[in-house]
Amino acid sequence: MSETFVPLPSLPPPSGSVGAGAWLRARLFNGPVNSLLTLAILWLLASTLIPLLDWGLIRGHFVGRDPQACRDGGACWLFVGVRLKFFVYGFYPEAELWRVNVVLFAAVASIGTIAAPGVPGKRWIIPGAVVGMPILTFVFMHGGMFGMPEVATDQWSGLTLTLVLSIVGIVAALPIGIVLALGRRSKMMVIRLLCTVFIEVWRGVPLISVLFMASVMLPLFLPEGLQFSKVLRAMIGIVLFESAYMAEVVRGGLQAIPRGQSEAAAALGLGYWRTMGLVVMPQALKLVIPGIVNTFIALFKDTTLVLIIGLFDVLATIHATIVSAEWPNIATEGYLFAAAVFWVFCFSMSRYSQALERKLNTGHKRN
Amino acid sequence: MKASHLVVGFGALATVAMAAAPASAATLDTVKSRGQLVCGVNNSLPGFSAPDEKGQWSGLDVDYCKAMAAAIFGDASKVKYVPLTAKERLTALQTGEIDVLARNTTWTMSRDASLGLNFVGVNYYDGQGFMVKSALGVKSGKELNGASVCVQSGTTTELNLADFFRANKMTYQSVVFDTSDQTLQGFESDRCDVLTSDQSQLYGLRSKLPDPSKAVVLGDVISKEPLGPVVRQGDEQWFDIARWTLFAMLNLEEAGVTSKNLAEMMKTTNPDIKRLLGTDGEFGKQLGITNDFGVQIVKAVGNYGESFERNVGQGSPLKIARGLNGLWTNGGLMYGPPIR
Repeated sequence: MSETFVPLPSLPPPSGSVGAGAWLRARLFNGPVNSLLTLAILWLLASTLIPLLDWGLIRGHFVGRDPQACRDGGACWLFVGVRLKFFVYGFYPEAELWRVNVVLFAAVASIGTIAAPGVPGKRWIIPGAVVGMPILTFVFMHGGMFGMPEVATDQWSGLTLTLVLSIVGIVAALPIGIVLALGRRSKMMVIRLLCTVFIEVWRGVPLISVLFMASVMLPLFLPEGLQFSKVLRAMIGIVLFESAYMAEVVRGGLQAIPRGQSEAAAALGLGYWRTMGLVVMPQALKLVIPGIVNTFIALFKDTTLVLIIGLFDVLATIHATIVSAEWPNIATEGYLFAAAVFWVFCFSMSRYSQALERKLNTGHKRN
Repeated sequence: MKASHLVVGFGALATVAMAAAPASAATLDTVKSRGQLVCGVNNSLPGFSAPDEKGQWSGLDVDYCKAMAAAIFGDASKVKYVPLTAKERLTALQTGEIDVLARNTTWTMSRDASLGLNFVGVNYYDGQGFMVKSALGVKSGKELNGASVCVQSGTTTELNLADFFRANKMTYQSVVFDTSDQTLQGFESDRCDVLTSDQSQLYGLRSKLPDPSKAVVLGDVISKEPLGPVVRQGDEQWFDIARWTLFAMLNLEEAGVTSKNLAEMMKTTNPDIKRLLGTDGEFGKQLGITNDFGVQIVKAVGNYGESFERNVGQGSPLKIARGLNGLWTNGGLMYGPPIR
């Protein structure tokens, strides 16, 4: 009778290689240099984070409305509550705020519908939103029709203005950028030259100087009486500037598509527009999603530059609060709050772009 | 050929632009038909023009805009405020984007003479000063030898500072910052003993210290900064309205007419006050506005003294003393020519 082989139960791993102690040894304290570095970094974190948390959270003031309550050295966050309405709506007349809310709600709803997976009929929703949203925004925000009193564009301010400027910039810059990118690769010399000159000129000047030209120089050259609003001038400046950047991002994608793709499309009998629209562009745009979103995020943050031409975007409303006499010195808190607001929006854009990349992944992606 | 055509083209364009700019015949008519006064203000300078949490503007400069609207329309709410940065303020006025600029603008000869603008007068006499820690026990700028001074870079403030110390044969060490919040941060964290800026700003910065009583603003003024409203050249009627709005505010204070005692003052027999309030004479008509413009102004914003105390004086966090901005009868420089 042969005995069946019964292996001995495996021994537990050596006590030195499991548990918290081993993890620490392997990852943080393996060798004298790494141990020193770990200690130094721990010390740095402790000496900066602890006072920061103590100042910002433990000794911070969150409840109440009285600026004088925070004279004891802790962070003063009360201004956020007191001025939130001003940060979001700025100078928009109080009785008409519902109109801004309608627009914001419509924007969130349409972005949500487009972003959510599995919603039917997207090929109609997307163009509908792209065309409809600007019209809806203008009708509701500006008014002067359908019984809504007119609210001139110079009363658009706060976060509302930041969002209007950046969403219009994003929606308009992408199609213009695509057209410019195609134009720059065109075989027709005049078109190629025009597009190249446009791109190089707008990309070669700083956005600040574009905004200054729009706000200071342009009115000098217009005949008196012919004035269009500063918001509109800034908006056009931003769109032209960003579409030049967008064109180069898209062109980067076009360069990456092998010639064979358009030759194959031509062999199937597709003309130029259908080749581009059905074969080349979908592949190119998918490749450059990170670049496009990068440009969008930069655009969103660039809109704060309108502060220097006297438009009241969200940063300007926060700045007005910082310098106002009734608050103690809240410069640090104010700019931290502004940073948090921008981070929330930019991070959401970044997450959405990553989700989009995963969804459209057709095997190009390298991990 | 081509080049010369281009030059001619640009020349024509420039001529059109130039010709179009000052062709503002009757600003008053434009303003009346628009139903609104468009007033350029600072985007946020505490005490002079700043929005509150409801987006409502207030301040000394804003009160001037309101007074003008009250004089024209009898309604101080008929103002559209256009927040402007320092760089675009004069262009905005030149191009007609605004009707009057009340944005703490220093009256200098080159601005008055070369830009096609007219300064209406002075609604605040400012000047560069010093703020020091009370613990130092310094009473005058002349005792600041060897001090370290926080100052904003790239401003005339920096140059005036250097001049002052050189003229008094003293030495100093400058600690330079980019913005005025940062100079305050430096002062608060003991990087410097002294902070220098315009006096009106020093009071604002002082009120932001955790304990404002630990710092004092010295009496020394080392530069002249007369701040005043500005209008376009070429419309004398509009210039006069702007100017007499300011003078009316000063005369109202001198006559002792306030927003509180207006009802009694209307019954007065004093001829000066009767002319000021429009119950005697046709003084408003001569400007193209109503005779009771003084009454409208005092109803809307009060006299100059009331506006001063409410926005920058004892009724505000800034607590600026009248000093040079007091009436001439109290040793200040504010002087309204007589209405007669």
